Amino acid sequence: MQGNIACAEGALAAGCQYYAGYPITPSSEIMEHLSNRLPEVNGVFMQMEDEIASICSMIGASWAGAKAMTATSGPGFSLMLEGLGYALMTETPCVIVNIQRAGPATGQATRPGQSDIMQARWGAHGDYRIIGLSPWSVQEMYDLTIKAFNLAEQYRVPVILLADEVVGHLKESFIIKPELEIFIRDSTMTDKPFGTEQDDGVPPMPAFGQGAKLLVTGSTHNQFGIRKVADPKVQDILVNRLCNKIDRHKKEICETESYLTDDAEYLFVSFGISARSAYAVVKQLRNQGIKAGLLRYKTIWPFDEDELKQTAQNCKMIFVPEMNRGQLVLEIQRVLCDKQVISIPKTQGEAIYPSEISNEFKKYTT
Amino acid sequence: MSEKFSVYVPNLVNKDENFVQGHRACQGCGLALAVRLILKAAGRNTIVVSPTGCLEIISTPYPQSAWNLPWVHVAFENAAAVATGIEGAFKALQAKGKKDDKPVNIIAIGGDGGTADIGLQALSGAMERGHDFLYICVDNEAYMNTGIQRSSSTPFGASTTTSPSGQASIGQVTAKKNMTAIAAAHNIPYTATACPSYPFDLMEKVKRALSYRGPKYIHCLVACPTGWSNAADLMVRIGSLAVETGAFPLYEVIEGKYKLNFDFPKLRPITDYLKIQGRYKHLKPKDIELIQEKVNNDWKQLKHKVSCDMLASPSRERSGE
Repeated sequence: MQGNIACAEGALAAGCQYYAGYPITPSSEIMEHLSNRLPEVNGVFMQMEDEIASICSMIGASWAGAKAMTATSGPGFSLMLEGLGYALMTETPCVIVNIQRAGPATGQATRPGQSDIMQARWGAHGDYRIIGLSPWSVQEMYDLTIKAFNLAEQYRVPVILLADEVVGHLKESFIIKPELEIFIRDSTMTDKPFGTEQDDGVPPMPAFGQGAKLLVTGSTHNQFGIRKVADPKVQDILVNRLCNKIDRHKKEICETESYLTDDAEYLFVSFGISARSAYAVVKQLRNQGIKAGLLRYKTIWPFDEDELKQTAQNCKMIFVPEMNRGQLVLEIQRVLCDKQVISIPKTQGEAIYPSEISNEFKKYTT
Repeated sequence: MSEKFSVYVPNLVNKDENFVQGHRACQGCGLALAVRLILKAAGRNTIVVSPTGCLEIISTPYPQSAWNLPWVHVAFENAAAVATGIEGAFKALQAKGKKDDKPVNIIAIGGDGGTADIGLQALSGAMERGHDFLYICVDNEAYMNTGIQRSSSTPFGASTTTSPSGQASIGQVTAKKNMTAIAAAHNIPYTATACPSYPFDLMEKVKRALSYRGPKYIHCLVACPTGWSNAADLMVRIGSLAVETGAFPLYEVIEGKYKLNFDFPKLRPITDYLKIQGRYKHLKPKDIELIQEKVNNDWKQLKHKVSCDMLASPSRERSGE
């Protein structure tokens, strides 16, 4: 099955009831598939007039109580950023799939890229934390879409699935698990849907029509949803909680995978399809007797710093292959400032090949 | 022999080619033909703005370009906004004496998605502000470039990849958005519908539009064999049938007055138009009846508008500038 279709099926498995989107290569298969499948499960499929409308209608659907998703690519994601900021501020659970392509602007519409990593993290204005996941296979397009829904519902935050054109159009067989863990959002009736006692809590979220008197606003608000647009304390409490609820739960949110890292002298750190090429290189190097290992980020945001520090502590050199001008490498250099961290970027709008990674590796190690 | 062809119709068209060979449109693409004719009429003294869409993709395949004049491709939602900027800058430069006063045609050519969906806000803004430019929507009735997804310009009953026909659906369930009426509602000096199956009519309309100052709008239906699933050689025929059946009547709204360009004592049955297109092949007789009814109603309403305007000013003549 194709990665994009697996993503659509994952959404259905996670209980997605509402999809709003706008056609854009290379993500259109997701909406095409859901336009067929959602009506079959009594869900609603909506093709909107643009991406701004897509994300905003998803916000409406989420507040009405449905699990909602949209899918897009770079240019569409850029348009969604205002809505993304609104969803962050109003703590609206939703899933945004970004099948990344080469940019900026229209760029290479049919070509892969991984250059929206930082945009996903920093694109909306203001202070916030977000969750970003990066699949490297068709299996993970399915699994991580389900995980995206679970995290969105659990932490009341937009979750971005940062896939790329290669994974989106890759065809592989994968396993559909008969039993899934599905998180159902806490919709307990409350008069405080925007605040908790703790400074890192996730308040319950009653839906429209459930009887709660809801005031939902993108302006700064207190725990009741009352606008407080000139109160320094309220702004402080809200923004810190929005960040803390993600930062302090990193251990539960973050997922990484390590391959042959226990005795590794050379560590590759990567994500998505680039990690798959890096994995091939690690296996080749091991066959040659070189102690190489791979740390792969399935959850890019929030960035798991502890795992990186621990894995890299005995490594001589760290290599970061990625399909952009060098984005995730900035995080790694920040965390491992005492180590030699080498970026292996590729900006040609095609997948990074194992040979390209191993050539770069040889340059620095011989 | 050649004398016999002295009135051979193509001889009546000027030889200017501003949209030339080297493009990679599909076989039988109505869009490519329409743009060629539009730019023949507009002439060299023209700047073209187009949003993302088929036109962008087909006209500039590396390493070629089909444009013989300045062309700017902008993001999907803002062709009209970029045209606004060009027009504004020319005004400023002319006022400062940094540019001659020679008028330049600014033409934005967008698809139905870039016009009726994502580009509507920018277009409405530009028309309301009254910039001197011509917007032409080349309407192939879906997002053909990304793989035939429905748009708000897709007609009722058409099957697309996001309005698929099947047991539970007849395809597109909503009616085609009336962009011409939306444009006309901005009280701009010139609005028209056109189709490359009527080449002289199309070119005449472009020339007429450019003779007015202010925002102008032409809605041009272009057949798409790939998206409509019809034989490529039927492209021109399908355009004619759209007009003859009343599915896409050709008319103008000049300074608020409706004028029908092609009137028929009796419309051809709509099924003539539908049956040669694969996107309608799932339709049952009762669906077609529904579409026929809608076409009849729309035609009646249009004729009513035309006759009212004729009564109001029987001796109306085109004022030009």
